[in-house]
Amino acid sequence: MSNIAVIDYGMGNLHSVAKALEHVQPGVEVRVTADPELVRSADRVLLPGVGAIRDCMAEIRRLGVDAEVREAIASGKPFLGICVGYQALMEFSEENNGVDCLGEFEGRVNFFGDDLKDADGERLKVPHMGWNQVYQTQDHPLWANIEDGSRFYFVHSYYVKAKQSELVAATCNYGVDFDVAIARDNVFAVQFHPEKSQKVGLQLLQNFLNWDGRP
Amino acid sequence: MALAKRIIPCLDVENGRVVKGVQFVDIRDAGDPVEVAKRYDEQGADEITFLDITATHEGRDTMVHTVEKMASQVFIPLTVGGGIRTCEDIRTMLNAGADKVSINSAAVKNPDFVREAAERFGSQCIVVAIDAKKVSQPGEPDKWEIFTHGGRKPTGIDAVEWAKKMVDLGAGEILLTSMDQDGVKNGYDIGVTRAISEAVHVPVIASGGVGNLDHLVEGCIEGKADAVLAASIFHFNEYSIPQAKEYMRQHGIEVRL
Repeated sequence: MSNIAVIDYGMGNLHSVAKALEHVQPGVEVRVTADPELVRSADRVLLPGVGAIRDCMAEIRRLGVDAEVREAIASGKPFLGICVGYQALMEFSEENNGVDCLGEFEGRVNFFGDDLKDADGERLKVPHMGWNQVYQTQDHPLWANIEDGSRFYFVHSYYVKAKQSELVAATCNYGVDFDVAIARDNVFAVQFHPEKSQKVGLQLLQNFLNWDGRP
Repeated sequence: MALAKRIIPCLDVENGRVVKGVQFVDIRDAGDPVEVAKRYDEQGADEITFLDITATHEGRDTMVHTVEKMASQVFIPLTVGGGIRTCEDIRTMLNAGADKVSINSAAVKNPDFVREAAERFGSQCIVVAIDAKKVSQPGEPDKWEIFTHGGRKPTGIDAVEWAKKMVDLGAGEILLTSMDQDGVKNGYDIGVTRAISEAVHVPVIASGGVGNLDHLVEGCIEGKADAVLAASIFHFNEYSIPQAKEYMRQHGIEVRL
């Protein structure tokens, strides 16, 4: 039976992630924590996050979560980043006048912009909020039993553009094409909220719990 | 392919029970908000909104437990509104498992509360609810005003200007209820819905007055709403959520099926 650490750095609602994990695998031990010992002893690690990246990164550094993340990733255990927890793995975000992130992946987090338009010239609202289609760009155990093009729930105003396109695991379009999932060895990270994406989201979390950390 | 328009069933909850009645054929206890939310989730609702109309403190504690229970069983976004007055209220609801809170009269009383809330919790979870009524006479240019206390108390505030101000202060979404239409089932007030949707850059949820599926279509196409909220047409089994989505799809609206 898995023992999962959901890294808590005080940003956002971690209850949902924990409840969703418990729902897909009753009896699973979920610890919502920033304690390095508990993160170290977990079989799987999840990095969530909502809110402004400046505040998130400040808390990540203040609590030493940056070191925990690096250690977890290096250890080879399955690691899942969600939303700001995905953006934080990039090098740099434009948000809050520019914030340096963890740099686990090469790439940037950009603003959707104030004059975002779709292909027909219709104005698009920011934040990108709601259910959009996710196009899988590589086979991966975390996509098991999830149809290509399934809709997941998003809420964000900044999007990831990864430099290493070979690591991108899914894309989405909202005025621009952007990268909504990235995969490397034992790390998988997504922009959308699997814990709020009903069946397909729960399937992804189930896949994460079944995953041995190999691509 | 594009972002789907959202369909949001709204439940009025009082002392932990759904009021106004919800009738599902095969639900034993139609008054339990969690049971009702689960049913809507199974039908494919894109979000759920709980509107707490409880007046007492004891009732509010019940609401927190209801939210907790719902959050452990239903995995789509949940918005909680009604009686959100302080950052402490927001924290309590978010900790219980709500994804967003909706602020209404507290914003009218103190607009700065919206800024404080957005700074503290992020705009993504701050919805500002606006109750608007048309105040212009036929022949005059359209004008809508904000009303409080369930549409009884005029404020003299222009609805479109107010929506812009709320977004400037940090609202991540606007829940717009057109009051003159509410309950009458003549459809959304398309004029104010479109005016506000075009005036702000954040999503607008249209609410109030839905009596049939054409109203949902009008809200999205003519009203340019990003989401449509309805209560009674779903509660009384007049239409199911899959029916509504299929109808919207046939009218060229992108939905999550």
